[in-house]
Amino acid sequence: MPGPMTLGEKILARAAGLKYVSPGDVILAKLDLCLGNDITAPLAIQAFCQNGGKEVFDRKRVVLVPDHFTPNKDIKSAEQAKILRDFAREQKLLYYWDQGEVGVEHALLPEQGVVVPGDLVIGADSHTCTYGALGAFATGVGSTDLGAAMLTGKAWFKVPATIKLVFNGKLPADVTAKDLILTAIGRLGVEGANYKALEITGPVIDRLSMEGRLTMCNMAIEAGAKTGIVPPDKTTRAYVEKRAQRKPRYYISDPGAEYERVEEFDVRGMEPVVAKPHLPSNVAPVSELRDVLLDQAIIGSCTNGRIEDLREAARLFKGKKVSPRVRTIIIPATPTVWRQAMKEGLMDIFMAAGCIVSPPTCGPCLGGHMGILAKGEKAVATTNRNFVGRMGHTESEVYLASAAVAAASAIKGRLALPREVRGANWKQGVKK
Amino acid sequence: MIITGAIYKFGDDVNTDEIIPARYLNTSDPKELAAHVMEDADPQFPARVKGGDIIFAGKNFGCGSSREHAPLAIKAAGVACVVAESFARIFYRNALNIGLTIMESPEAAAEAQTGHAFKVDTAAGQITNETLNRTYSAKPIPPFMQELIAAGGLMEYVRKGLMK
Repeated sequence: MPGPMTLGEKILARAAGLKYVSPGDVILAKLDLCLGNDITAPLAIQAFCQNGGKEVFDRKRVVLVPDHFTPNKDIKSAEQAKILRDFAREQKLLYYWDQGEVGVEHALLPEQGVVVPGDLVIGADSHTCTYGALGAFATGVGSTDLGAAMLTGKAWFKVPATIKLVFNGKLPADVTAKDLILTAIGRLGVEGANYKALEITGPVIDRLSMEGRLTMCNMAIEAGAKTGIVPPDKTTRAYVEKRAQRKPRYYISDPGAEYERVEEFDVRGMEPVVAKPHLPSNVAPVSELRDVLLDQAIIGSCTNGRIEDLREAARLFKGKKVSPRVRTIIIPATPTVWRQAMKEGLMDIFMAAGCIVSPPTCGPCLGGHMGILAKGEKAVATTNRNFVGRMGHTESEVYLASAAVAAASAIKGRLALPREVRGANWKQGVKK
Repeated sequence: MIITGAIYKFGDDVNTDEIIPARYLNTSDPKELAAHVMEDADPQFPARVKGGDIIFAGKNFGCGSSREHAPLAIKAAGVACVVAESFARIFYRNALNIGLTIMESPEAAAEAQTGHAFKVDTAAGQITNETLNRTYSAKPIPPFMQELIAAGGLMEYVRKGLMK
């Protein structure tokens, strides 16, 4: 009888063909999916080809998403994207999106049912950990690991110890999944979960939407974690069942599974927060930073570019104008999100408010294009990193926030709380 | 290998955006990447660094993005070794996969100052600060990773049919 395991350990054991794994074990495991983007895949394809690669191990399990510098921002990035396009065609990859079909990878794959619960996934992108929201074990690697995976369908892993995060209480109005994960990163530190898995649980998570869970798992890497993972439940099944391209496997942690430690968070009385420059762990309440003047607002990315985020922003933008000093850019993360926002009339609200609406792209999140900061400029962004120079000039600054805080701040021209811009019909404590 | 180059000291949480900013990621050419290595942490670095030099850093070196361009840029700039108090997970994995020598030693990294003379013996895992006259042992590399290194990196390991 094998000992109790966490759900992450169960996925790793299953993929390695073992009955039991425990933290520290080094395993060779079969992958359900591996992916790369227009920055990381060219090097992986090069490694694949230089090492005798003729055919990928499985054309249904190698996924390429040109999303970072697309639509191509310059000649060099066009050349990089073309490497993906040519390779995807030549290898007849089932999951490759281009032109008007491409979206931000970590929003696109869950939405299209390409990644499913119970999967073991590596991605040559650090935010691959996003898929943990579905109850998958997904982690970021580099291009060489992806190249080897495209050849062999396998990767080696050191089984990580798990830190359990428990969120208790009831979410106050305007406090979102983004505020929860920023608060957790603030407590853990940017290295606090290095080599560890985060299991994200508790009554607050049980009530959290899939969008919110994706936001939280997305930022597990900002605490250094190998992955962030939410136990699958009714919400997971409801999200997955209508879109899964493969059969999901629902794992939950055994009673008695071992955790390195448990971190409890009481969300009662919590208020919206931001991560100040230049680390995602540099977390402070918005209420203490209302004098920070802004030049740009970004609402989008694999962290917060889903329909729920756009609705949250639109509720605040409705009937309002963005401050003349704030370049406000809305980036729906996928074409499906874009069309949904259009159908719901959100695009009209954004345009009337004076926002710029972009096609899906990672773009400004990593300082690629579509909203780069000049020297001295400050941005509020729903993205995931605020390192020095992340969104442009090394003397620019990024404040990470929820879509609600970003929208309120865009209107006010400075960091602001959503309640500061609400109309009179907004009732205290009601989150609608 | 014995390394005796000049050292460059950086702080904690040096992230991959500082090691190689995304504005240069529209190429995978190691030489082009090397021309901008560490630029956002120290604009003078790309011009000053010479083959055989050593980077010293604090905790969590290489945190952030999974871009392999980061260790690649460091390696292509001729840096012989990175010694840090600790490394972020993906950077650690990428560095070993592409054959950039990295050593984890909290004491050696904490006490190192720009201008100190060092001798690093990679085979023995020993770092000697000749200015302070102190020798430190690097944290041992896990056995599986040693096999990867001995094979010549991950792709060689795969090519030799060892990925089974």
